[in-house]
Amino acid sequence: MPTIDPEAVVGSRITNQSLSRWLHSLPGVDKVGLEARTASLGTRSIKTASKAWALDMAIQMMDLTTLEGADTKERVRSLCLKAITPDPTDLTTPQPAAICVYGDMVKHAKDAIGKNKIHVAAVATAFPSGRASLPVKIADTKDAVNAGADEIDMVIDRGAFLSGNYLEVYKQILAVKAACVRKDGTRAHLKVILETGELETYDNIRRASYLAMLAGPDFIKTSTGKVSVNATLPITLLMLQAVKDWFDQTKIRIGVKPAGGIRTAKDAIKYLVVVKETAGEEWLTPKYFRFGASSLLNDVLMQRQKLTTGHYSGRDYVSVD
Amino acid sequence: MFDYSPAPESKDLVKFQASYGHFIGGKFTKPANTYSTINPATEQVLAEISHGAAKDVDSAVKAARTAYEKTWSKLNGATRGKYLYRIARIIQERSRELAVAETLNNGKPIKETRDVDIPLVASWFFYYAGWADKLDYAGLGANPRAHGVVSQIVPWNFPLMMLAWKIAPALAAGNTVVLKPAETTPLTALLFAEICQQAELPDGVVNIVTGFGDTGAMMVGHPDVNKIAFTGSTDVGRIIAKQIAGTDKKATLELGGKAANIVFEDAALDQAVEGIVNGIFFNQGHVCCAGSRLLVQESVQDVVIKKLKARMENIRLGDPMDKNTDIGAINSKEQLTKIDRLVKQGVKEGGQAWTPSCVIPKNGFWYAPTIITGVSPANTVVREEIFGPVLSVMTFRTPTEAVAKANNSQYGLSAGVWSEKGSRILKMADQLNAGVVWANTFNQFDPASPFGGFKESGYGREGGRHGLLSYLKGSN
Amino acid sequence: MRLEVKKTYKLFIGGKFPRSESGRIYIVNNHKGEFLANVAKASRKDVRDSVVVARSAQSGWAGATPYNRGQVLYRIAEMLEGRREQFVAEIRELTGKNEKQANQEVDSAIDSWVWHAGWTDKIDAVAGNMNPVAGPFFNISTNQPTGVVAAFAPQDSSLVGLVNTIAPAIVSGNSVIAISSETLPICAVTLAEVLETSDLPGGVVNILTGNASELGSWLASHLDVNAIDLEGTSNAAELEMLAAENLKRVIRKGSYSRAGAKGSLQHILDLMETKTVWHPKGH
Repeated sequence: MPTIDPEAVVGSRITNQSLSRWLHSLPGVDKVGLEARTASLGTRSIKTASKAWALDMAIQMMDLTTLEGADTKERVRSLCLKAITPDPTDLTTPQPAAICVYGDMVKHAKDAIGKNKIHVAAVATAFPSGRASLPVKIADTKDAVNAGADEIDMVIDRGAFLSGNYLEVYKQILAVKAACVRKDGTRAHLKVILETGELETYDNIRRASYLAMLAGPDFIKTSTGKVSVNATLPITLLMLQAVKDWFDQTKIRIGVKPAGGIRTAKDAIKYLVVVKETAGEEWLTPKYFRFGASSLLNDVLMQRQKLTTGHYSGRDYVSVD
Repeated sequence: MFDYSPAPESKDLVKFQASYGHFIGGKFTKPANTYSTINPATEQVLAEISHGAAKDVDSAVKAARTAYEKTWSKLNGATRGKYLYRIARIIQERSRELAVAETLNNGKPIKETRDVDIPLVASWFFYYAGWADKLDYAGLGANPRAHGVVSQIVPWNFPLMMLAWKIAPALAAGNTVVLKPAETTPLTALLFAEICQQAELPDGVVNIVTGFGDTGAMMVGHPDVNKIAFTGSTDVGRIIAKQIAGTDKKATLELGGKAANIVFEDAALDQAVEGIVNGIFFNQGHVCCAGSRLLVQESVQDVVIKKLKARMENIRLGDPMDKNTDIGAINSKEQLTKIDRLVKQGVKEGGQAWTPSCVIPKNGFWYAPTIITGVSPANTVVREEIFGPVLSVMTFRTPTEAVAKANNSQYGLSAGVWSEKGSRILKMADQLNAGVVWANTFNQFDPASPFGGFKESGYGREGGRHGLLSYLKGSN
Repeated sequence: MRLEVKKTYKLFIGGKFPRSESGRIYIVNNHKGEFLANVAKASRKDVRDSVVVARSAQSGWAGATPYNRGQVLYRIAEMLEGRREQFVAEIRELTGKNEKQANQEVDSAIDSWVWHAGWTDKIDAVAGNMNPVAGPFFNISTNQPTGVVAAFAPQDSSLVGLVNTIAPAIVSGNSVIAISSETLPICAVTLAEVLETSDLPGGVVNILTGNASELGSWLASHLDVNAIDLEGTSNAAELEMLAAENLKRVIRKGSYSRAGAKGSLQHILDLMETKTVWHPKGH
């Protein structure tokens, strides 16, 4: 897998000052212009064959998620069974990319998934707030990796970012990435959650994206889903622009995962349009784009059913999970 | 991989008559002396249209005069306003039908007529409806009077929207009108006539006469017309100005443009690229205020052109009735020929033309979005208005140079400035000789915002309180 | 003979129709002195709740585009026109006006609403401007709504007075707590029903029926109310003194006629604040 030399990208040794200079030299983002572009893409009309393709791809891109304090072994098992057989009335339905759970649920998920190709992703690093010491966050990560997690979704230290301590944010990502390395030398796949709702401005989100990408993760992810503003189309478009520019500059392709607040198939299809017309079709695969969602799956299944049967479906015709 | 399946809007939303007469004195006349109007995307005939002769123009002006003297000038502003509110509401109710009609007759994408043109038509009528009983606040003192009968001639690029820009303020101020739509795009004006009937607008307040340039000349020259309002080419604007010289007739003219879209190195680059695309490719570039000259600061030329080309690959050209189409048909064979000739001239003079990969449909009139680099202020494609999806690209080093190049034109309609620095934007706005300056945006229109040009882009403003003034006595 | 279903007259707070939290009512008679209805009698707690709701709704209403606000106000006029007969009947019952007079009042109320609707996107064109300061500065003055307005409708009008009290406040994006006429409250409740069916966000207009003197001091002294319109009060000077505590903007009784088919731009501006912004110009 290609790697970059961070010092070459930043143009000097990595210090807080050089990171700050580099990040603040990135082009600004005009909010009105960004949101207008996103709204315009939202008017694309995706029908018939392209709709069917998009619905299937949306399922394959899902990290089906349960992140509740009340999660139990049985709850996780039930969700895994849903991932394995999303629609029992239509066995051609594809499976989602992953199940996403808390670190201490990983072993239950692994047991339930068995030999199926669905990954188990674990949130780690004192998710969702990230407010704990680095050793605690590393231990959290290692527990999940040792339990068998295929993927780790970490959170950045937003306090450090907002107070301008970019070096701290960067070092933490590198440390978590190191903690993802298993005894056999392979590495758990790493997604870095920026928590865009707390960063608030699009300029901040662009800078956080670049800071995260510099540390070499597999994905950058919008949000934890646990705050009032989670994934939005403009934020995702902005992050897709960032990964596209990063690829042009470094030849390294990083994925994007919007998470939280994506509830309808219609929304999911809008995201796919944004991927296609911003980063490009190379990102239209679970390898480079995921949805962090839970209730989205049922809405997509009902839309799939409508395409097959020709009439509108209802809640009784999709399973609770 | 993710190809968008066809997503056509339904043609059945509108039903055209086989042939149309003029709309005079509240009624349609019998079709006479007809010609065909077509769909430029397919070249199919949509309807037969009457070519207005001297007697038709005379009849319309008489109807307008009678309506002015006997009815319209006797109504108070509140009542005039209520008629305009009714019209605005009916436009909203029939908005999908009007969008389809405009797309079929003009060739522009349904996405634009549905999301931009028709909503602006409705909002223009709503806005001016509210002025009708507030003329005391227009800035001309108490009880300003209307001019009387106004001849209005609108172009083919935004047929119904230009009609709204003309009729709404004219009626709000108390005038009656005779309006001629462009010869290639008469249909939405004729549907508008039906809307006037549905709104129970008194007979003769609005009259629609269809026809060609000769019809328009008669409307301008008619002795019983008090004011002219024209949107179209600078050449015709010049003719009109000469035609009314020495008379008492007032005129407002919205003419051509060759706007500079200026991108500084500290611009929000991705949004600037969107602004460039919007500036020249919206409405196939058939826009008087189109950002047809890109002035990009030399230090960011490469990254901007690279991003622009990548962005242009996502522009979808094709069937205007498909909801996913971004660029539709060129309005006429005549216009297509002109665009082609000018681009070829540009290349001959040393420019490099580039287009993204585009499948051009077999029938109809089409031109792929094009950028021409390596040109300078002396080149034809930099000086002349092409009125098509063609962008000429130049560079600059300093703000002073940008201003000099931007102002180096006989036109002065609009300009764009892209920078994250407020003081620079405001200084540029001061120095640019353009009637509309868009900073970090482009092609924004609102009935509350005055629009119009400097120099050979014409005089007078449309929109806002200023737009009302030109329809009242005591103002040009 | 068919038995009529009689209407219940409640308060209008936050887009809903609650009874007074005090449970009180008062009797309203028609012009002949016959029983007409038991109308909710608002209390200080209803006032308190209304201010909370009005404050919460205000930023959304002010944040809507002026075009959108104009559309909503025009729709209110559409709904008023549709309910004309009901208003005429109520005005006649309450005041004894004949059919022609009652229709004239309804005409004025509807037409005034239309007049106000047309102002939402024109205020700054007339009352805002660039300022030609002596320096390299962009300098502009605009008008923005003051916030939450407490307004007392004239006591002697059943409909048009209330319309000419509410409309000038909300045109610019304020929210309002309106106290209706005590003896002529019936149309106020029907007006509330019109507002509720007009796409007006809940909380932008709140209408309380009851005794203006009792409610007046609570509104005049409320620190989260930005402006007060004293038209329908009987102790205006005392209330103006209370209002001075947080420097509320005050519209004194008798400032503006409330009977016509038009309002006054100055009335609208009295409930707005001017903001002036400077920005240097230079490369």
